[in-house]
Amino acid sequence: MTKLPPEQTPKSAESEKTPNPRREFLRSAGLFTGTVAALGGGLELLSRKPGAEAQALPDLIGQAKRPLGPYDTKDAVTPYEQATTYNNFYEFGTDKADPARMAASLKTRPWTVKLDGEVKKAQTVDIDTLQSWFPLEDRIYRMRCVEGWSMVMPWLGFPLAGLIRRMDPTGKAKYVQFTSLLDTKQFPGQRSSVLTWPYVEALRIDEALNPLAFMAVGLNGRALPGQNGAPLRLVVPWKYGFKSIKSVVRITLTEKQPKTTWSIAAPDEYGFYANVNPKVDHPRWSQATERRIGELGRRPTLPFNGYADQVASLYSGLDLKKNF
Amino acid sequence: MSKATPSPTNSGAATAARPVPRRKVSKFGGLGPGIVVGGLVPMAVMLWDAQTGALGANPVQRLQLQTGVLSLVLLILSLAATPLRLVTGWTWPARVRKALGLLAFLYATLHVLVYLVDKGILNGSFGIATVVDDVLKRPFITVGFAAWLLLIPLALTSFKDSVKKLGFARWTTLHKLVYFVVALGVVHYWWGVKKDHTEPLIYGLVAAMLLALRVIFKDFRSKKKAGGAGKTATP
Repeated sequence: MTKLPPEQTPKSAESEKTPNPRREFLRSAGLFTGTVAALGGGLELLSRKPGAEAQALPDLIGQAKRPLGPYDTKDAVTPYEQATTYNNFYEFGTDKADPARMAASLKTRPWTVKLDGEVKKAQTVDIDTLQSWFPLEDRIYRMRCVEGWSMVMPWLGFPLAGLIRRMDPTGKAKYVQFTSLLDTKQFPGQRSSVLTWPYVEALRIDEALNPLAFMAVGLNGRALPGQNGAPLRLVVPWKYGFKSIKSVVRITLTEKQPKTTWSIAAPDEYGFYANVNPKVDHPRWSQATERRIGELGRRPTLPFNGYADQVASLYSGLDLKKNF
Repeated sequence: MSKATPSPTNSGAATAARPVPRRKVSKFGGLGPGIVVGGLVPMAVMLWDAQTGALGANPVQRLQLQTGVLSLVLLILSLAATPLRLVTGWTWPARVRKALGLLAFLYATLHVLVYLVDKGILNGSFGIATVVDDVLKRPFITVGFAAWLLLIPLALTSFKDSVKKLGFARWTTLHKLVYFVVALGVVHYWWGVKKDHTEPLIYGLVAAMLLALRVIFKDFRSKKKAGGAGKTATP
């Protein structure tokens, strides 16, 4: 059986001569719809990163309003929904919404914390035992991220100074090094080599003994959500947020200044001190202003994030432009 | 709906043998409008996200990132038209190139507007000095701002009669600026990212590949010509 070439079949010849308007319309409409779906869908896939949904955790000490303490700010507290869905926690992923989405993979019980280094007696302690050593208190602190945004966080926890004293340091202890959990099963972001894992941060011991330095186990009177650093995190409100290491499994007192994660990643951009300083810009953006989450415009950034009265004396004689 | 009629000089050997239809129907009806509407979909979704709170806790920053990525992607898509034609012989990519380029300019302009909002143009804390200072002081902003400025003449000369007014040679030379713009866009994105450079790297590689394809094919064709009759056939 021989087939006629397409241009000789009557149907084809007819359609060439008198185009069928209906078929033409359908074809155009099909092409239009396909193009819209392909281009629109493709662009959405590449560019859209929707925010995560907030999930409330159980109360730790109830929601009763308590009087402001000596270190609390009167600034309006950032809504819980925003404080728990807009987080930098690269262990869960680099997008701000990743931590809230992935935090369920973090198991915070059982959890132990190793206390070692320049201490008279090293020990490993269960998180619940460690927590029971201190009465929990509220601290409403401003938090300033190095990226230029800020929040007001109602932490629940205990002063770091109490823990350091309890660790019984030797005379050689000059720095406090903190280490986060290393576990690619619980922290999928650690499969990427975007930073060196585990995350390490450190303070000078006099900074750690300052009454503002705080260990948080809760937020808003509730258990600390995974994305905010459960079950135990550091809070140093006069420094950029990345100093406040999350999900701590080890605290080591050292004689030498430890290498810290962000200062390894980009030493010219993220220094050891990372004190909030409107006069020292990040190489790629000004630090003079910040956006308080929930506000449209920017507000001026305060030296030491507004805690200069409490901490400026720690750095007398230190050039904060060099020691940024 | 305008349908492109092929110019008489353009009729190839394949179409010459066929009977001339009474009304030439474009094979690509619906494609152009589809590109425009498809390109505007992200804008509609961004408005929807702003209403529903899906932009997250820092909507200004989210819009900033999204409009920037959209602009870069559309720019790269517009750059893909010529290599795609060179590789496949398809003509439809060239038909949608202008729409893609203009959409890229639209999102780049939104990107700049969001930057101005970020600098406080809506709440009164805006100072032109802050912006000038930012643009001059920070290479990351300088590069991005330069890319947007360079897109303006390209957008302004994308009207139907622009080629005629400028002359084909000058118009082509001017529009070659787009290669430079895309390079600036990739550098701007790279510098703007704090640590994870995967995405800017991917866009950079794709853009570089598209530019390389042009060079390779140009080279290939000129060698073919040189190896053939010697003289170029094109007038």
